[in-house]
Amino acid sequence: MNEIPEVIRTIPLQYYLFFSSTLFVIGIIGVLTRRNAIVIFMCIELMLNAVNLLLTAFSAYRSDANGQVFVFFIMAVAAAEVCVGLAIIVMIYRNLRSTDINILSNLKW
Amino acid sequence: MNSIILLTSFGILNLFVGFRKSNKLILPLVFLFLLIVLAVNFYDWGNTTTYFERMLTIDNYAVAFTGVVVLTTILLIPFAKRYVDEKNESLAEFFSILLFSLVGAIMMVAYENLIMLFVGIEILSISMYVLAGSDKKNLRSNEAGLKYFLMGSFATGILLFGIVLIYGATGAFQITEISAAATAGSGDALTSPLLAMGLLFTLIGISFKVSAAPFHFWTPDVYEGTPTLFTAFMSTVVKTAGFAGFYKLMSVSFAGAYDIWFPTLVAMTVITLGIGNIGAAAQNSFKRMMAYSSISHAGYLMIALLAFNDRSENAIFFYSLAYSVATIAAFGILKLVSDQRDDISYNAFNGLGRTNPLLAAVMTIAMCSLAGIPLTGGFFGKLFIFSAALEQNLLWLIIVAILMSMVGIYYYFRVVIAMYMREPSGERVVVGSSASFALIFMAILTIVMGVLPGLMSNLL
Repeated sequence: MNEIPEVIRTIPLQYYLFFSSTLFVIGIIGVLTRRNAIVIFMCIELMLNAVNLLLTAFSAYRSDANGQVFVFFIMAVAAAEVCVGLAIIVMIYRNLRSTDINILSNLKW
Repeated sequence: MNSIILLTSFGILNLFVGFRKSNKLILPLVFLFLLIVLAVNFYDWGNTTTYFERMLTIDNYAVAFTGVVVLTTILLIPFAKRYVDEKNESLAEFFSILLFSLVGAIMMVAYENLIMLFVGIEILSISMYVLAGSDKKNLRSNEAGLKYFLMGSFATGILLFGIVLIYGATGAFQITEISAAATAGSGDALTSPLLAMGLLFTLIGISFKVSAAPFHFWTPDVYEGTPTLFTAFMSTVVKTAGFAGFYKLMSVSFAGAYDIWFPTLVAMTVITLGIGNIGAAAQNSFKRMMAYSSISHAGYLMIALLAFNDRSENAIFFYSLAYSVATIAAFGILKLVSDQRDDISYNAFNGLGRTNPLLAAVMTIAMCSLAGIPLTGGFFGKLFIFSAALEQNLLWLIIVAILMSMVGIYYYFRVVIAMYMREPSGERVVVGSSASFALIFMAILTIVMGVLPGLMSNLL
């Protein structure tokens, strides 16, 4: 059984970079085009996961634990964000019976 | 560091105070807590200490900006009195969240490691998402909360991606190590696409948080929908802490890459100044005008960032203090007026000069300060920023900024005209004694900063 960083290093670093960037871009496109608050929220989580993956890859390649520690920080903060975010979405659902962001257009100039 | 510990424990303590049936005690207690934090904060003045394996550094820079954000929050508290009168059940929670979010602001100005910058930004932002949507029954507040949340966490994702690319290029989160790695290879690392992309994404992420154009579009909507008390907090504390953190990142980590980020940032500054000022001039709602005005002030602060010399720190400090005091005064008066007249447009202020001379006078001083009229703090704030920029030979940028601040005079004085030239649109606005005391204090502070700027201009 190999050490996990060694396993990670069996795939070239560029592949991680391309894969994470693709995931990240999918996330961005999702945020910009989808109209359901929960789906947008999922796309944001996808962006964060792309970041986590890339951090782990860099960290394994540099044999530096800092990157992996940062992953824990990101996961903890993302969990806190999920709490607040879902609470806000539930609050809106209670008032409007919908999570479509097109309905929310009271504030406009 | 002591201020972080105190704020956290006071926040928890405050939650327990919320168990009491009457919430009359909360505002005086929070006021007292923040005064203690302010005093303890200045106890650290003059010595530099690092904490958590060099992840946080408390130096004069951090202490000064912590002072600004804590003072701003103190000045905000008297205006929350209506929540007590209405027996709002969540008052203790609101103020605990406010105290916790200050911890995030302090981390943003004291960080030495990008992990701490990220955690600080998130503590501040997540607290603000809650406060933006805190008026649960009000659809506008709901919408503001959701928009702020979605845009804010989107920006967080972009910021994180930037940090990761910087880590990939330099192998460090420590801002001094990044600077060493970024300058070491004789410009080699600087031209690496990984670092350049990382810098770009980080810039975008932070610009979102400080609402600099072209990433400002959430600001007017969110500021308008958020309860006025928390809009005031958002437009002062978040902006001050954001710029302090932004400047620290640029000046420590990417000083060697000035030529690379200068063109991007200069373009953003011009767009920010234009959109902020011209957008504000087109508004009929005072609150929305203040949102655009906060975008335009982000533009002025970015000029100090671009000037990038030893005067910039002081200029940012002085400007954010002057801006925060004037903005809190303006939003405080807006809250008092709009609570009674139920209107956030310019018309709400009609004839205020006759019914409430004190409110009108303080509002006039605040507007003069925001517009940068001499004898107020805002004038010297702009003067310091422009003179720092002049040293960097940015004359054309200063001319753009001065033209834009002339547009500023138009929309800031619309409210003054409404107050003094129009017929009163309602009864006299009832103002509590603590609120009038705070307003008088802010007016005096603004004028003192405008008459004796030397008191604060050489602190850092």
